[in-house]
Amino acid sequence: MVEMVNRPYARAFEDYAVQHPEVLCLSADLTSSCEIDGFRDRHPDQFLSMGMAEQNMLSFAGGLGLAGFRPFVHTFGVFLYRRPYDQLMASVAYPRRKVRLMGFLPGITTPGGMTHQAIEDISVMRTIPNMTVLETGDATEVENIVAAADSIDGPVYCRVLRGAVPRLFDTPMQVGRMRVLSAGSDVLVITAGITTEEAIRARGALDAAGISVRHLHLNTLKPFDALQILDHAASVRHGVVTLENHLVAGGIGSMVAEAMAGAGLARRLIRLGLQDTYAHGGSRPYLMRHYGLDALALVHAIERLTGQQTGIDEAALDVVRIDAVHSAAKAEAL
Amino acid sequence: MQNMKTTEAVAQGIRRRVFEHTMRNNGGYLSQACSAAEQLAFLYNEALTLGAPTRPQIPEPFQGVPSADNPGYVTGAGYNGPAAPHLDRLFIAPAHYALVAYATLIETGRMAPEGLEMFNKDGSSVEMIGAEHSPGMEVHNGTLGIGLSTGAGLAWGRKRRGDSGEVCVFMSDGEVQEGQTWEAVQAAAFHGIDNLWALMDVNAQQCDGAMDSVMEVGDIATKLRDFGAVVCEIDGHDLDALRQAKAEPHPGRPLIILAHTSPTQGMGFLRRRFPRLHYVRFKSEDERTEMNHEIAAELGIDPVAYSH
Repeated sequence: MVEMVNRPYARAFEDYAVQHPEVLCLSADLTSSCEIDGFRDRHPDQFLSMGMAEQNMLSFAGGLGLAGFRPFVHTFGVFLYRRPYDQLMASVAYPRRKVRLMGFLPGITTPGGMTHQAIEDISVMRTIPNMTVLETGDATEVENIVAAADSIDGPVYCRVLRGAVPRLFDTPMQVGRMRVLSAGSDVLVITAGITTEEAIRARGALDAAGISVRHLHLNTLKPFDALQILDHAASVRHGVVTLENHLVAGGIGSMVAEAMAGAGLARRLIRLGLQDTYAHGGSRPYLMRHYGLDALALVHAIERLTGQQTGIDEAALDVVRIDAVHSAAKAEAL
Repeated sequence: MQNMKTTEAVAQGIRRRVFEHTMRNNGGYLSQACSAAEQLAFLYNEALTLGAPTRPQIPEPFQGVPSADNPGYVTGAGYNGPAAPHLDRLFIAPAHYALVAYATLIETGRMAPEGLEMFNKDGSSVEMIGAEHSPGMEVHNGTLGIGLSTGAGLAWGRKRRGDSGEVCVFMSDGEVQEGQTWEAVQAAAFHGIDNLWALMDVNAQQCDGAMDSVMEVGDIATKLRDFGAVVCEIDGHDLDALRQAKAEPHPGRPLIILAHTSPTQGMGFLRRRFPRLHYVRFKSEDERTEMNHEIAAELGIDPVAYSH
């Protein structure tokens, strides 16, 4: 049974911010949705309500950075770059302000549909010069993301998980260091965020079927450690599968493809994720199944890569997470 | 640092330098000098408390953009003096006023006249649209509407730190067409940011021509007051009116001075070009010659010697 941690960000942010007076908490009318309502109530002097006005919020945060503060800007990930992209570029990224962009509800983790789902955020953020991009995959990484983000000498965008989050890792995240979760020799699987849990589910069944998986979990998407990826890709027999909560274009699949092409490393690559499509509103398990982002989609991709039928079905997959507790904290709300 | 010239003389010098530059370079932002000369002269010569410049009189070439690999990067803010707690800060929100701002730096002894000869030259930091690294600039404002928000954030931070210096944003009236301007005003009022003030050049002009023909914006003063600002409306060529407006108390709110101006002030000849005044180019050598003589006479100077 995997431990579920309730609202790990709320506690982690408050613990950190009260120790660092230059840290400011900004919110654009999604305060409880971003788990900073308690912080707002207990530390009003360190909290700025910016209203539903993201363009001003991004430039304002740039001004706070110029004044020597380190604002943590809280809203849904999608609202940090779609509407205020110009402000993000001119007021935050170009001048390398120490603005910490905390993007909640990455990818299809929201039932809010197209307007709420940040499905191209990694693609956008990683192409912005001076930007660092981090992603959390479990409760430990959510707990660590506050200090990790604040250690960056410049702007940083973080994909943050909220609500009930499983604890998969017992060691802290280190910026720039990927986690090697298994060291198999047949197939390299690269995941980040919520897809890591899916790959862990698939791995046990694949092992039993005689397929040895090398599994990497990324929490630092930019800078991207291409050299390590290449070492791992070169060490497996059949090729590489990337599985991401994002469009396959511009995200982790693209980064791996760029790394392999640049090094002249010839390996087959299957990129799982949203295949040049928008998603729609629905529950996370439904969306992951519908768009091929779950453990079963990974098993099928590995079967294609190895040419080997495993006979694995949903029932055979390890359940590392109990669906009854899944997102119970915010199941109905945005 | 106070200049030895009168503010009137600085304003006249701004018009003269921008005019000379425009004639020599076969085009330029003339109407912005006409409308804003008194305002920029007022800011640099009287209103702002600025230290002595920390950057070389002759600007260095472009030194690269901010990046982790460029640790020596600096902005052009040093031409306005150091960023000390008791000193004011200035953003030029409409970055296409750069030519006028550079002329002001020269007139107030903060940059050598040679700086203007580098204007818009490849490899120069004296860029056509003022960049962060351009003399007198501290942030990028090339996209209109972001200046006041950035100023509000800086001002909030300075207030929190206990700085006595204020933040001033020089704005253009076209910026009120951008939604972000209104977001900034409401946020500055909501957060009680009263160490922030703005001076807006209301010349009723924008790139396509007269603002009323491009997008009507209604009564800016009423709208700004409704969004929470303290507003003064004045004749932007009247220095006493500027002084009086700056003295307006605005506890708990930002002050926005609407300086109504003429885009042809001091160069009446330009009225022939109305309403296309955003960037003045010459349609023929004859027109260039005529403008050279007519405007020089209005400014009381000799016609500019230029090469064809």
